[in-house]
Amino acid sequence: MFFSAFREAVSLILQMDPTLWGVVRLTLGVSGSALVLAAVFGVPVGAFLGLRDFRGVRWLTAVIYTGMGLPPVVVGLVVFLLLSRQGILGRLGWLFTPTAMILAQTILALPLVTGVTMTAVRSINPELRPQLQTLGATDWQILRTILHEARFGVVVGLVAGFGAAISEVGAVMIVGGNIEGKTRVLTTAIVLETRQGHFDVALALGIILLSLAFLTNALAVHFQGYLESGRG
Amino acid sequence: MGEDKAIYTVRNLQQGYNGRIVLNVASLDILAGEILAIIGPSGAGKSTLLRLLAFLERPLSGQLTFYNQPVSDQWPDLAAKRRVTMVFQRPQLLRRSVHENVAYGLALRGQQASHEVNTILTALGLDHLTHVPAHTLSGGEAQRVALARALVLKPDVLLLDEPTANLDPYNVNQIEQFIQQVNQTQRTTVVIVTHTIFQARRLAHRTGLLLNGRLVELSPTNIFFERPLQPETAAFIRGDIVY
Repeated sequence: MFFSAFREAVSLILQMDPTLWGVVRLTLGVSGSALVLAAVFGVPVGAFLGLRDFRGVRWLTAVIYTGMGLPPVVVGLVVFLLLSRQGILGRLGWLFTPTAMILAQTILALPLVTGVTMTAVRSINPELRPQLQTLGATDWQILRTILHEARFGVVVGLVAGFGAAISEVGAVMIVGGNIEGKTRVLTTAIVLETRQGHFDVALALGIILLSLAFLTNALAVHFQGYLESGRG
Repeated sequence: MGEDKAIYTVRNLQQGYNGRIVLNVASLDILAGEILAIIGPSGAGKSTLLRLLAFLERPLSGQLTFYNQPVSDQWPDLAAKRRVTMVFQRPQLLRRSVHENVAYGLALRGQQASHEVNTILTALGLDHLTHVPAHTLSGGEAQRVALARALVLKPDVLLLDEPTANLDPYNVNQIEQFIQQVNQTQRTTVVIVTHTIFQARRLAHRTGLLLNGRLVELSPTNIFFERPLQPETAAFIRGDIVY
């Protein structure tokens, strides 16, 4: 079974099947966009929270940690209700579009990016801040320097966020609808092929999904090495 | 020491935390171009005084002026603040090369001055470590890098908080010599907090004793050690005040 699935995967890739290609492109597009959005909001917010310590921050930390384990199905359901015709965002007409899928995956990735960034920033020695200040750093420059010091942790947060987005099926299934050529991504395609009994195709898609995840992580590790070498 | 122009003036300055006063200095002028040592036991308020001079904290009450203007939310502005740099007891270097650590303050100011960085690294005997990651340095090397990154900015005032605590004599000597040299050639005003009276004696033009937040005595260093006016000073110099 695994061997034939592997052969199927290789042949699917070699054929450059346009349907498969479209699914892969949409998968990367949706999860990549979700990652970018989660990074744009999550990294600065995580850095800010990592540098503060008051009561509210601790509550918020608990909320973010909870968010790191959000069930995708629940997120999908809530986004579905928001975007459905009666929902408060119903006018946007996003339901069953890639935009809705990006929104759902952003919600899933955001707590991971924020939480891990916050923890990484918090692990930087608090004595660093006054020392930077006495070298003439403004608040903004201090924030940037501390983020740079915490860069390995930030990359881990981004990897975790992307991993959560690209591997989830519950949310994109509900808000995207798994429409062929429109909202079908690798995970939802696997569900469909499995249900139809095309186990080797489903496994082949699984292998492709894992390979994509491996490639992006290899890139991230390479990027970390680049940072370590001091050129970052 | 040159002309007696005060860079900082302190009048009835009080600082405290959680309702406890830790510093209460009636009067202190810090003069341009001098090396001023503040000695005293742990918990006397020495570091608090330095943090106030570095604008890291705001006083509870009293007046602190910097270049004849009272310190407030508006003063010193960023440019004036950048005339003061500080070296801490435990230097926190960045996870970058030694060169990048020393260039950091210049980069903050939008300056690239690789030549100045190399010059100061050589002067502090660090030139062979230029491209080494800073987190691999020994304690003495790290502190010399910290001194280099503060002094490459050519500040008017250098604040030193126990800069040679726990360092070996070789590093202590190198750091002290460099501080003296910078003070003489660039007329950098130096305020050094130390709990070793010998360091004050070696370096400072004037020495002051802080005890329980109060400046008990402040005199030219030779008078301070040879003919102290206050009994507490005499006791501290003899080593009778345990710390």
